[in-house]
Amino acid sequence: MKATTLAMALMVGDPHSDRVVPPTGFTAQLTSFTSAAMAFLACFALALSVSSGRLADRWAQELSQSLTIRISAPGDQLAVQTQAALAVLETTPGIEEARPLDADEQRALLAPWFGQSLPIEELPVPQLIDVIEASDADLDVDGLRLRLQAEAPGAVIDDHSRWRRPLVQAAQRLRGLSALSLILITGAMAAMVTLAAHAALSANRSVIEVLRQVGARDDYIAKAFVRRFTLRALGGAAVGTIAGMIAVALMPSSEATAGFLTDLGFRGLGWLLPATIPILAGIVAFAATRFAALRTLRTMA
Amino acid sequence: MIELDKVAYSYGGGELLSDISLTVQPGSFHFLTGPSGAGKTTFLKLMYGDLLATAGQVRLSGVDTRTMSRDQIALARRKIGVVPQNSQFLDHLSVADNVALPLQVAGRDATEAQADLEQLLSWVGLSSHRDAFPPELSGGERQRVALARAVMMSPDVILADEPTGNIDWEMSQRILKLLVELNKMGKTVMIATHDLTMIRASKAQVQARVLRIANRRLQLAGADL
Repeated sequence: MKATTLAMALMVGDPHSDRVVPPTGFTAQLTSFTSAAMAFLACFALALSVSSGRLADRWAQELSQSLTIRISAPGDQLAVQTQAALAVLETTPGIEEARPLDADEQRALLAPWFGQSLPIEELPVPQLIDVIEASDADLDVDGLRLRLQAEAPGAVIDDHSRWRRPLVQAAQRLRGLSALSLILITGAMAAMVTLAAHAALSANRSVIEVLRQVGARDDYIAKAFVRRFTLRALGGAAVGTIAGMIAVALMPSSEATAGFLTDLGFRGLGWLLPATIPILAGIVAFAATRFAALRTLRTMA
Repeated sequence: MIELDKVAYSYGGGELLSDISLTVQPGSFHFLTGPSGAGKTTFLKLMYGDLLATAGQVRLSGVDTRTMSRDQIALARRKIGVVPQNSQFLDHLSVADNVALPLQVAGRDATEAQADLEQLLSWVGLSSHRDAFPPELSGGERQRVALARAVMMSPDVILADEPTGNIDWEMSQRILKLLVELNKMGKTVMIATHDLTMIRASKAQVQARVLRIANRRLQLAGADL
């Protein structure tokens, strides 16, 4: 209720207290420009945070639900151990599908290193089994490893954790860094609005003295400055956010060129997230200006 | 009522005022005189809470200003009209808006007090300047605007700091006349001035108590004026 009242007071304003502060062109432009620039950067940081979070979740989910079994055995035992491994997998709870890769698929995997014409049937290449875990079951990987050792001694489980973990960690750290960037941008904006408010307060020192002399309370004086700076920050941030959203929307789509950078952006309701940036900018400007105004006023008689 | 009890004020390591005691009775008229730099402005500022005593007590309606919050001091100032030495205004507002400023900061609707405002502007002889802006005014006109602003809230006390400084004799007599009229309406008036001719000229109009600040202390003057 109090926040609503405050928001209404900010929007509607007090025509009397608004008039007592003379218009200050330079600080007005500075605050609006700073807010717009910061909101633009915040929009990108938010998009990066959302995208990297999405990527981390997807990698973690997709890779954790699959594993590969590699069977290395002499040529005459390879088929036997493969069948034995498949039999073990069929009776293992939590496995949705287990499928041995055929020669063409294995050739395709090795093609980047050995070329397309690799005579894979004549080489002692291990047999690979692609295993998909059931999404609603918890697979006991250690138990499976022990059973495979007993039934197919040449079978080795690769649950992708070796290379999955750094990838997921990298994506998570990217998300963390993006969030940190958002915090830094917010802090920088608060600092700049505070400086602009200080400049305006110093420039209007004689106005404040007159107001104090005729019995104005600090709250009345602060309100005149706070509303002005809050609305400037809000307006500037709205423009910056819209510009940032357009820039993010104009990034190439992932359908065109697959990759992380082309996946940067918001999806669905995620496009509503940047709407919080101007609101946050307004709150930051309100707090920063009020703090600066009251602190300056306390130094005056 | 304003009371000063053994008040001292120090600044920058030096004592500007020392051991000052005074009770300003309601409806009284005081002149405060003394050489330039004697501390007249400081004395007045102590009386309306713009400065706080470093020793002793300044009591506004019985409350020590040092124990008052900033808001309490602001509210107390609404009952004390101040005409400062170099009157400052909000230059982007008209004369009428400047005079109505105390009403606005008190949260009162200036339009409801429109009649009072016009009467006040007429009283100080500035009705024709109501829409002018402060930088367009002469020194005497500025002082009269300051006086009108000081009495807009119908305060109990008027403190005027060199209200006739830098203006001609005729205009200073006009301002003195306005202050005497206020006193006759029951207001307490204190005028800080180094202009002894003005004090002498006032004798025929009002019974004033003349105080002098000399050597950091307050003395009762009169016989030598």
